[in-house]
Amino acid sequence: MTEADPLLAIDDLTVEFSTHAGQVAAVRGVSLHVDAGETVALLGESGSGKSVTVQTIMGLLPKTTSRVASGQVSYRGTDLLALPTRRLREFCGPEIAMVFQDPLSSLNPVMRVGYQLSEPLWRGAGASRKAARARAIELMQLVGIPDAARRIDDYPHQFSGGMRQRVMIAMALSRNPSLLIADEPTTALDVTVQAQIMSLLGDLRRELGMAMLLISHDLGVVADVADRVYVMYAGAIVEEGTTREVYDHPGHPYTEGLLASIPGESSGAQRLASIPGSPPVPGTLGDGCSFAPRCRYATEFTRAHEPELRSPAGWVPTHRVACHRAEEVLADVRA
Amino acid sequence: MSDHPLPTRWLRLPRLAPARDGGTRRLVVCLVIVIAYALLAIFGPVVTGYNPITTYVQDRLLPPGSLLSNGSVALLGTDQVGRDILGQVFMGARVSMVAGIATLLLAGLIGITVGLLAGYFGGILDSILMRIADIQLAFPSILLAILIAAILGPSFFNLILVLAIANWVVFARVTRSQVLALKNREYVDAARTLGARNLYLIVRTIFPGCVAPLLVVATVEIGHVIVAEASLSFLGLGTPASLPSWGLTISDGRDYLIDAWWISTFPGIALALLVLTLGVLGDTIRDRLDPKLRSL
Amino acid sequence: MSEPDLPLLSVRNLRTEFPLARGLGGRRVVKAVSDVSFDLRAGTTLGLVGESGSGKSTLARSIVGLDRPTAGSILFEGVELVGASATTRRRAGRDMQVVFQDPMASLNPRLTVGDAIAEGWRIHRDVAPRSEWKSRVAELLERVGLNPDHAGRYPHQFSGGQRQRIGIARALALRPKLLICDEAVSALDVSVRSQILNLLEDLQDEFSLTYLFIAHDLSVVRHVSDDVVVMYLGSAMEVGRGGDVFGDPVHPYTVALLSAIPPVRPWRETGRERIILTGDLPSPVSPPSGCPFRTRCWKAQEVCAEVKPPLVDHRGDGHLGACHFPEPAGSGPSVAPVP
Repeated sequence: MTEADPLLAIDDLTVEFSTHAGQVAAVRGVSLHVDAGETVALLGESGSGKSVTVQTIMGLLPKTTSRVASGQVSYRGTDLLALPTRRLREFCGPEIAMVFQDPLSSLNPVMRVGYQLSEPLWRGAGASRKAARARAIELMQLVGIPDAARRIDDYPHQFSGGMRQRVMIAMALSRNPSLLIADEPTTALDVTVQAQIMSLLGDLRRELGMAMLLISHDLGVVADVADRVYVMYAGAIVEEGTTREVYDHPGHPYTEGLLASIPGESSGAQRLASIPGSPPVPGTLGDGCSFAPRCRYATEFTRAHEPELRSPAGWVPTHRVACHRAEEVLADVRA
Repeated sequence: MSDHPLPTRWLRLPRLAPARDGGTRRLVVCLVIVIAYALLAIFGPVVTGYNPITTYVQDRLLPPGSLLSNGSVALLGTDQVGRDILGQVFMGARVSMVAGIATLLLAGLIGITVGLLAGYFGGILDSILMRIADIQLAFPSILLAILIAAILGPSFFNLILVLAIANWVVFARVTRSQVLALKNREYVDAARTLGARNLYLIVRTIFPGCVAPLLVVATVEIGHVIVAEASLSFLGLGTPASLPSWGLTISDGRDYLIDAWWISTFPGIALALLVLTLGVLGDTIRDRLDPKLRSL
Repeated sequence: MSEPDLPLLSVRNLRTEFPLARGLGGRRVVKAVSDVSFDLRAGTTLGLVGESGSGKSTLARSIVGLDRPTAGSILFEGVELVGASATTRRRAGRDMQVVFQDPMASLNPRLTVGDAIAEGWRIHRDVAPRSEWKSRVAELLERVGLNPDHAGRYPHQFSGGQRQRIGIARALALRPKLLICDEAVSALDVSVRSQILNLLEDLQDEFSLTYLFIAHDLSVVRHVSDDVVVMYLGSAMEVGRGGDVFGDPVHPYTVALLSAIPPVRPWRETGRERIILTGDLPSPVSPPSGCPFRTRCWKAQEVCAEVKPPLVDHRGDGHLGACHFPEPAGSGPSVAPVP
């Protein structure tokens, strides 16, 4: 059934940070994959480990305080973690691109936008400066920046938030990547601008056939673009599947709680459904299920035994959930 | 995550972050030395029974370890009028530390007030106060000392006054910049919304946030102040002759450097060691409290 | 519940402008709030919604007194606040409190939680005697869902949601009549957000509070508000009851805002028109002439650039819109994104 090998495959990744409290695992045994041309979302809140996972792919973690305790990250079969930094940059440059949350701090404020756009082209891809500049203008037009030929010489602060994010996207696309990683690309933007950017990303994906790994905490944004979703909680994946399947038939109490707590979901009822407590601080987890302290399905058993990802009988095989009582959760949802 | 040092009650000291690279040992050693100085300053002169007026001409210029006419041993020798150098070193410690602390308190009082007002109110007041600060910095402190000594006469209090006037600016600047950073924080707005007026906001809401950097400044400045005091006393512009500051003792020994080197040397060593220790202590505290002030 | 005759808060033609330093050729100002008017009835919740640069935060700050209004009128319990003496302002200030956006930044890191909550009593000595502070703090902590034994802890020892509860307790300590929630849930995790919204809901009844709820998240505003004001670049674009504004909007901007919210289950919505605005938010320093929304509006005509549309009741039902070409009534369902 699988046509080709996945573009990006993360296998049982565990990433630890050294803190005053000792070694803390921010990512615990995460496995996911992205196939060519598809859009996959990592959905989670603060402390879920989604950003750290993605930073590990790109080699962006601080070397002194973090380490990959176990696992593999491979792109088109090559193990990215085994590559030294320079080789990683060379290898990834033309293939994987990343867009961050806050374009203001991701763009160099003292360099013109045109320079920042064209630098990867003439420095990395070996194009001539003239050709790189022409391509930069092309890219700015591609992402919908009006008056690109003039604005290419502007500085980042002369652009609005939405426009800066478009510049970031243009930079990301400059070498025709096969995979675009977007870490909360619209969280810092206004909702009307967010709609523009998501629409842009959707168009670009279709036109360029790019795969996308999207990190977000916004269920609506994820539903808008993602084919498949991985729900992360406390450093691990608690549910995965196609977006529609997971949203319509959530098997994990956390996913179900998230979906129910959106205003408007409780069909006009005055009180919002909510999940008690708050996401755990990394490093404070016990033995059992990480969600147990907040879970209304928790039992002594679940508090002592961490559940594994599994696809319960009768479910779509690609829909997996890490919950001992997934069947009951889904039955309640359906009720 | 907050970027403040761990919280403090208004007058309680901020807690230090855990040290890296053996910093704790450095901190402990420095503290031990400083405390030793303080104890010697308090109790030393009592032990040696130092008296600046009486002179023992028969005991003059005796080298360290000599037996004195009254039966005691001059551990560090005697000066040109027969006074015990060890006693002078102890008294000098007292003078230096009192001068240092008193100056810091006075300079701190002036500087912090100026900094709070300039930072909080801004505008014209800020401009005027900061220009006064600039003028102060441009004025050489030695000349100021001479001026004050000439007008008011030499006395310990005037010495403190001169040193405070010469050193308040750094307190003002650090306070002002901290106030500027804090005055638009949401918790200040929150207190304002609760109904707090300017005085309350300045003193009880914003000022506690300035304590940490000011502590750092104080530990850095005290070394400067002690050296400054010694320099002024050396030039005769500081403590009156009856109060043997290290600078004064060093100055007394100037004419005898070849024959009786101990008169200048021992106070000199004491001074250098104290200032060095305070400097290292200040660095260590600063690194642990607020690495952003590294350039001070 | 009987409706009082006088609204608790009445804002008319409020303008708040900030001068920009170093203007080349004449003073430039940022017109943060331009000519905004609305009423807030006691016991209700007014939602103030808008994107960045809309002026909603400045409007709230002008009401509370953190920013000084340039012109217009703010009547709080019948007392005029614009241009009032400091004493009048302070007196009125005790009856309106704010819950701020950033739970960490709005709590003084040097005060224990108990001290933070009691700060209002420390400032206004006549509200509660010192001997009662401890017990009252414990009561408030319990009421907002926290353990009263934790009053001696510092803010950094709590989670974001808990800190926001502390902020709410602090705001309630002075028993205000009006509570302004300035993006009170925006900085919280999704799973914590609904807890706080439920808490605010419960407290409204118990403490007889009136809320001015400011947010950029429409779903949240829609859930909590009785009435809504939609702001864009300092001006009110639409004012009305929540159900009217979100169910059957008058102003094209509101239509676009609603349309921009990505639905959680898009596969269940067929035939929903998605409007993507072109262009960017103009700068508040030089807003467009006439209607501020015209640069992004698909209906814009010449008249929109020449004449600023006034806030008018186009449908005759108390639902106001500032537009020369308002949406006709009943065009709502095609854009209402309720799943």
